[in-house]
Amino acid sequence: MTPTLAKGSIRRRLVLQLAGIAALLSLALFLVVRAVAEHAAEETQDNILAASATSIADALYSERGFVRLELPYSALSMLGTISEDRVFYRVVVDDETLTGYDDLPAPEVWSDSRKNKFSTLSYRGETVRSVAVTRAVSTGSQITDVMVIVAQTRLGLEAISTRITATATAVGAGFFLVATALSLLAAQTALLPLNRLAQSVARRGMADLRPVVTETPAELIPLVQSLNSFMSRLRASLTRSEDFITEAAHRVRTPLATVRTQAEVVHRRQSGAADKKALREMIRAIDESSRSAGQLLDHAMVTFRTDHLETSDIDLGDMIRDICDRLFPTADLKDIQINLDCTDQPMPFSGDPILLQNALRNILDNAIKYSPADSVITVRLTANGSYLIEFADQGRGFGDADLTQIVGRFERGSNVGDIVGSGLGLTIADEVARAHGGKLEISENKGGQGACVTVVLPRS
Amino acid sequence: MRHSRFTAILSALLLAATHVCAFEVESAKFYDAPSGGNLIRIVSTADIEVFEPIILAFQKLHPDIDVDYTVASSTEVMNAIYIDGEPFDLAISSAMDLQTKLANDGYARTYRSTATANLPDWAKWRDQLFAFTQEPAVMVVSDEAFKDIPLPTTREDLIDLLRDHPEHFDGRIGTYDVRTSGLGYLFATQDSRNTGSYWRLTELMGRLNTKLYCCSGQMITDIAEGRLAFAYNVLGSYASSRLKDTPGIRIVPFNDFLSVMLRTALIPKTARNPAAGGVMVDFLATLNTRLELNAQTGLPPISNDIGDLSNAMRPIRLGPGLLVFLDRLQRDTFLRSWSNSMEQE
Ligand SMILES: Nc1ncnc2c1ncn2[C@@H]1O[C@H](COP(=O)(O)OP(=O)(O)O)[C@@H](O)[C@H]1O
Repeated sequence: MTPTLAKGSIRRRLVLQLAGIAALLSLALFLVVRAVAEHAAEETQDNILAASATSIADALYSERGFVRLELPYSALSMLGTISEDRVFYRVVVDDETLTGYDDLPAPEVWSDSRKNKFSTLSYRGETVRSVAVTRAVSTGSQITDVMVIVAQTRLGLEAISTRITATATAVGAGFFLVATALSLLAAQTALLPLNRLAQSVARRGMADLRPVVTETPAELIPLVQSLNSFMSRLRASLTRSEDFITEAAHRVRTPLATVRTQAEVVHRRQSGAADKKALREMIRAIDESSRSAGQLLDHAMVTFRTDHLETSDIDLGDMIRDICDRLFPTADLKDIQINLDCTDQPMPFSGDPILLQNALRNILDNAIKYSPADSVITVRLTANGSYLIEFADQGRGFGDADLTQIVGRFERGSNVGDIVGSGLGLTIADEVARAHGGKLEISENKGGQGACVTVVLPRS
Repeated sequence: MRHSRFTAILSALLLAATHVCAFEVESAKFYDAPSGGNLIRIVSTADIEVFEPIILAFQKLHPDIDVDYTVASSTEVMNAIYIDGEPFDLAISSAMDLQTKLANDGYARTYRSTATANLPDWAKWRDQLFAFTQEPAVMVVSDEAFKDIPLPTTREDLIDLLRDHPEHFDGRIGTYDVRTSGLGYLFATQDSRNTGSYWRLTELMGRLNTKLYCCSGQMITDIAEGRLAFAYNVLGSYASSRLKDTPGIRIVPFNDFLSVMLRTALIPKTARNPAAGGVMVDFLATLNTRLELNAQTGLPPISNDIGDLSNAMRPIRLGPGLLVFLDRLQRDTFLRSWSNSMEQE
């Protein structure tokens, strides 16, 4: 399997994006909290200033045609209650300062409006907030406009502003942290179905190409659908390949078998030694090519079917007997005797009969192939912990071939000499044994020279 | 004549007079430090005799600081800073209102230290004005005059007493002339804020031909010598310090409320050696750790527990409220009412 290159991570991207949004929102929260609170603080100062100026205006009275004032204690003391800011005031009658700080600036236009006029200005080297309240005072015959200006420095306000900024920062940062933590959680939860899907696909067997039916969120349905359609296509393609192999085996074997039969018939009729020899060569060539083709196709089929065994209950004894019977003619051709050492008691096994047959036939076929004429092959089937199917011959043995390599695909020994072969026989046997949870053991024949190949199958 | 020329100067100030007038010094003394070199110039309303122990104790702690101590009336102290811009490093005054005005109008420097941080909130303003004594206004009575009469404990008691025994007290009452005494004016205005009985009391005192004084000292002398039965709103600290060597007088603290004057110090903007001013502020702010000085000067240091309301002591609140009674119109109105009550012919 090729390693999948990870390009980015949905989780990281989700978290980063959510954290980014959280950061923006925190900033907005910070700005809003600060703006609102500062506005409120400024409004508070304005209100107190207005209250102060109004209480002064309320204390205006006229006496003998003059505007008089009894400055209320609370008018100035109230300004001192919330902060230690400097306080200035001025009462103006007809552009003349009646009392207070006569350099305290008055707003330019003042007589046209009865509303409180707030302004921020610089006075005596400090920024002050001032309010001007205009009041009409009747001085006997006429009505005089009196303006009361009260101003206060903004130190207290600045202190409040600093405190608010600190609080707003804390609120913003807290919000950000909480939101980020929650976005981590959200990313985790959002990806949960994806992980579930991945697990459910990963858990299934190699050959399990059934459609995925786990419950998935709507967003994943396209993925699951394309996955399912991909798998069904794959399955169809596999089935097609399998069909092709079966078909190919059939198409190759049948004509070869026909040709061989015809050749034998002719061989039997011929009397000329030269002709007979040529026909034998021909039969041999047919045999070889039919075996090679058969093995190639068998191997392809085995590779396929090991993924999904079509198991059924079989009896190993019956199977061995059947194989020995089938190969008897081939062995007989070389005057080789097959000794079958097998009890009659049942040897039940659950496996793929076609594969097992194929494997065992290949091993026996090898034994016949590599045995000299007039020798004995012993096939022994025993059952203790597991089933042991042993094929021992008196042939050339494996020589100095590497026994661990010999089962490899297209791997042939060094001592095969003129004997043709594809190097697939043991491979097939090994793969089938392993597909059934067993193994293939290769050794020299302990009873004398020759090879000994054993298929070990587990007893269920 | 600590508070004389009060009216004139005040009017001048409020009209932002441009004339140059050198301020009037009452007395001055130079205290050479053992290893001097660093000079602090102090302008103060407290008499040299009163303040000297503090200066000597200060120099014991800071042997490198020479002290140039100038005494002037409260208006002159204000004058020196506000108009003349004299380079004093510390201005000490009993006139809380004038000191507040200096700070409010930007003539004081901001100063912060551990010592000032430990002062209770009511004893400082803007980190520019620092109180270091708390001196209540009390009634001082002659033992002889109250031989047969119960001592009043509240102002209402006093009013009843004056109503019941007009002949006994006629012409034998003393109080500050608030027109000339800044301190008297401060106490009177605070009284008028604190109690509704103040104007009734003033009215009664006026009817009983109350004698008016410029200063506490003369009032106490007159009580001791039998010319007065009692004096109203005498500076408690002066009275206490006179108690030892003046037989026959007694201090009666009212228990409805006691206006408490805070003597304050500030470092003027014009200071040449503000650091030394700060050192002195620290020293004054920690006077309550030097009780032996209290005994010598008769100046009670700031104590943290007078702020609570269960106490009759009402420290006069520093802050813009004090500016109200400096207002020209307000002052005119107040003095007019006061004069009308006090001088009924
Ligand atoms: N019975 C045997 N005796 C000797 N050598 C054998 C025997 N069976 C297999 N081999 C060796 O193992 C090699 C691989 O066998 P196999 O996979 O069946 O391929 P091949 O088609 O060459 O027989 C053979 O080339 C041969 O060298």
